[in-house]
Formats: sequence, structure tokens, C-alpha cells
Amino acid sequence: MTGLQPAPIGPADAVPRRDILTLVALAGGAVGVAGYAWPLIDFMNPSKDVLALASVEVPLESIPPGSGITVVWRGKPIFVRHRTEAEIKQARDTPLDQLSDPQADSARVQPGHEQWIVVVGICTHLGCIPLGNKPSEMRGDLGGWFCPCHGSQFDTAGRIRRPPAPSNLAIPPYTFESDTKIRIG
Amino acid sequence: MASASQSQFTNPFVRWIDNRLPIVTLMQREFGTFPVPKNFNYFWNFGAISMLLMVVMISTGVVLAMDYMPNAAEAFGSVQHIMRDVNYGWLVRYLHQNGASMFFIATYIHTFRGIYYGSYKSPRELLWILGVVTLLIMMSTAFMGYVLPWGQMSYWGATVITNMFAAIPFIGDYVVTWLWGGFGVDSPTLSRFYSLHYLLPFVLVAVVMLHITAIHKVGSNNPLGIDVKSPQDTLPFHPYYTIKDCFGLCVYLALFAVLVFFTPDLLGDPTNFIPANPLQTPADIQPEWYFLPFYAILRAVPNKLGGVALMFGAMAILLVLPWLDTSPVRSARFRPIYRPLFFVWLASIVLLGAVGAHKPEGIWVLLGRIGTIYYFGHMLVVMPLLGWIERPLPLPESISRPVINKDSLPRGASVAEIRS
Repeated sequence: MTGLQPAPIGPADAVPRRDILTLVALAGGAVGVAGYAWPLIDFMNPSKDVLALASVEVPLESIPPGSGITVVWRGKPIFVRHRTEAEIKQARDTPLDQLSDPQADSARVQPGHEQWIVVVGICTHLGCIPLGNKPSEMRGDLGGWFCPCHGSQFDTAGRIRRPPAPSNLAIPPYTFESDTKIRIG
Repeated sequence: MASASQSQFTNPFVRWIDNRLPIVTLMQREFGTFPVPKNFNYFWNFGAISMLLMVVMISTGVVLAMDYMPNAAEAFGSVQHIMRDVNYGWLVRYLHQNGASMFFIATYIHTFRGIYYGSYKSPRELLWILGVVTLLIMMSTAFMGYVLPWGQMSYWGATVITNMFAAIPFIGDYVVTWLWGGFGVDSPTLSRFYSLHYLLPFVLVAVVMLHITAIHKVGSNNPLGIDVKSPQDTLPFHPYYTIKDCFGLCVYLALFAVLVFFTPDLLGDPTNFIPANPLQTPADIQPEWYFLPFYAILRAVPNKLGGVALMFGAMAILLVLPWLDTSPVRSARFRPIYRPLFFVWLASIVLLGAVGAHKPEGIWVLLGRIGTIYYFGHMLVVMPLLGWIERPLPLPESISRPVINKDSLPRGASVAEIRS
């Protein structure tokens, strides 16, 4: 048992008019669905409390030369180390062809603030946290950082010098708000 | 036996799918060309409106579940986190909270439509029962959902309702301890309510699909309450009722939007802004508005077991409604005694709602008992009796010829015919 099918009544443009009406109705419906869906999708984006921790300020006065601290930024450990003159010179004087991941020291620090090296404290091999921030910790042959898991060694610019790690410690985005404060991220 | 019939569609992609999973044919048959009585009024929109609200509740709920923490220490704070820190968290939460009320409004109107127009009568008894089951699932889901924010009313409402089960003879206390998972409403209670609150809506989806299957088997009722006699009495669902449903939905969603954007806490209880405190009972404990009539019935009886039995009975009696009403006439339009009594019954439910919102003191005790007596009396006394003593108005011949010429008797539409 079927019902009556609606037949076009009126002038000859009745069916195209219906097409336009259908199109407008469907388009309106699509806009409505999109308008409903967007808040549900944006809900999943980082919330305000996560975004508030998207950048971290680090005061530098209490870090003596030769020492470094660890701060947490976006869930990762960041090493902020105050290099001595000897450590800076050692990093600058290394010929690039000795590096398995060549990168000049000047590319890894900010001009005018060469004594500060800021790196992500995650070994680029399998993700352990290297030792070496405090002078009392093992720093390896190059005086930088030493990873206790598989023996990777980094120099005072955070560059990889002894395997098995393949690449240099990552540099996060950071700016100097003043000589004594940096903002990471 | 595999069917070898081919899809009727011409588009090759559609044919490929339809020949393997006949979903396009099914949609076309059940929601496209499906013949529907042509005299529906707007009360017939509320099934579709309820379905859309179910989609809203599930979608907002699944998203909220990503940030909600279902333990006593973090629940309240996680809701505040959603409201304040999460992008559009306030909107999704208010949509979910007010969507529950809108879902109940639509379902209650849908149910009252069924009672007024006799949609529960043969051959739609099972359809009706499935609908009542839907209502029961909705109520359980809503009750558990209200506990989740872990405010004062969440905690104490849960305490009152779970304590009710102690009224069960012999095993009552064991049942309550089992429900609690401890010695009172606490974190274990909250986390199991969360699990079930997530589960039940999907059970609801399944029951709704059975409900729709049932209505499609026998066809819809209509405001005249008489059967469809020929295709002239019907219209195809699309485009007539698709567009009518869309219009009704627009109006309903506009009301929903006013609620969500202008008065989102109108239907809520301010007491629930206070974190749950097991050591302090609020001055007034009351459930959300959609439970108030049942709450009033619970407190109308001065006996604990009696009150619990009567409250559950108030819902259970709906299941046997098709057998309580003995009248062969479906629609209240043609039942001159039943019709005003239906509105008295509605008024008794509204009265019970008001009673539920007040402390059980003074005049409210009497009003609660009057309301309860009429609520049950209508279904247990009025409905069975009226079928026998009421003289219905003459029924029209058919949906297509609903107006009877008063000079001639209606042809072919006698009570005896309807009864068969």
C-alpha cells in the first residue's frame, strides 16, 4: 500500500522551485549541523589550564656558573645550564667535522647570552633523562651530559659526541625577557 | 535463503551498497514512501523530537565524558574545570543538563498524546510497552546522571533513593549495601553510576529501534483514532512529515536554545552548587522536576514499603494500560466522559509535581494523597468502567471523510465494527 506521491502543481517552474527549496533547506541543515558539531570538536582542543602551562618562565639568578637546573615545560624536562667561560670556549672550538650531527655552538645559543644553554633533557636515543646538570653528576668525557641508560655523551652545547644517540639534544623555543629571566614556549 | 532481488536505484554506488546491505532501500521504504495518516497534528512531532534529543544527549555526553573524573575527590572539580577551562565546556555541559529536561518534556508530551488518542490500544500494545520501557530507562539514566556532579543534591538524592531499597523484605539491607559498594553513598557508588550512565543510553537506542519497528509494522494511530481504510487516507512520510517534523524541531530547538543561552540554571537546584558533604543534610531534598510527581507519591504513604511500592507501581501500571482501558474507541475526541477526566488526570499529575516540590507538611500532605488517589483511581477505576458505561460520539467513516453530514447516519463505522 503506497501513499500518494506529491505531484507538481502550478506553473511549469514548480519542480525547479522545489529543487531550490530543497537545496536551501539542506544547506541550512548542514550549517546547523556544523554549528552544533564545532563546539563538540573544539571541546577536545587544549583547555585553558593546559594552555596556561604552554609557556614557563624561569628565573636565572640562582643558577651559578657551571651548574644547571631542570624545569618542566609541556610535560618535558628542560635543562637550563649556566656555562663557564671554559665550557663556552670548548664548545666553540670543536671542529664541525668531528660532530656526527654537525651544528655550530652559535646556532644553539642566543647572541649576548652565550653562557646560557637551554635544551630538552631527553636523550635522542631512547628517551632517558641524561645526567650532568649538577657538577657532582657524571658529565662524560666532554663535560656536558651523560646518559646512564646506554652511555650516550653530549658536549657543553648539548651536541651528541658518543653514540648510540643519533642527534643533538633538541632546543626548545625560548626568549630572554631580561638578563635574569627566560620564557620557554 | 538469500534474496536475489536487485536494488531499485540507478546510481551505481548506491546500487553496489544497496545490493549488499539494503539500507538505502530500507530508508526509502520506511522513511521515504511510508504511508502515514494524513491528519496528524503537531502532537505527532514529539517522537521525532525525542529522537533528536537522544542524539544530542549522547553526543554531548560522550564529549563530556572525556573530561569528567568519576571519583568522589575529583568529580565536582572536574565539572567546574569543564565549565571554566575547557573550550565550549560551559555550552556542552548546559546542553547536556538542559537537554535532559527537554528530552523529558518531549517524551512526556509524546506519552500523553498516546494516552489521549488511545495509541496504546490493540494492535499497538507492545509498541506502548516498549515506550514505557524507554521511559524507565530514561529515568534510571537521568537519576544516575544527576549524581555525577557530586553536589549536595546529587549526594543526598542518591542517598534517599538508594535507601529506599532497604524496604525490600528480608534482603533489603544486603541490596542497599550491594548498590552502594560500601556503607553509604561514596566513591564506589559514583563510579558504578558513571559506568551505567554511559551504558544505558545505548540500550535506549536499541529499545527505540524496536519501538520504531513496532510502529512500522502496524502503522501509526491518528487524531481520529480510526484505522486507515485506503491509500487516500495517507500521505508519504517524505516530504510531508519530514518537513512538518523539521518545522516542529525548529520551534523546539528554539525553546531549547532560549533555555541554554538565557536561563541555563532555571531548572536546576542551587543546592547542587555546594560540593557533597556527607555530614550535612540540606534543608530540602528534592529531585529534578521530571521526578517530582513520583516523589510525591512516594511520600504520600506513611509506610516506607508502601510508599516505595506505590512509587514503582505508578510507573508499572503504565505497562498494563492497554488492558485497563476497556473502551473500543481509541481517540478521546469521541469519548465525552473520558475526555474531561483525562484533563483531570493531567491536573492530578501537575498537582503531584507541586506536592513533590514542597516539604510533606500541612496542606501538601492532603493534596499529595488526593493526587495519588486520583492518579491510580483514574487508571484502575475510571478506565475500566468507562469502557462499559460511556456512550461514545459517532465515529467518522474514514480519515478522508471526517465530517459527518448531520442529516444522515455515519455509514460503516459502528462501535461493533471497531471492536472487531
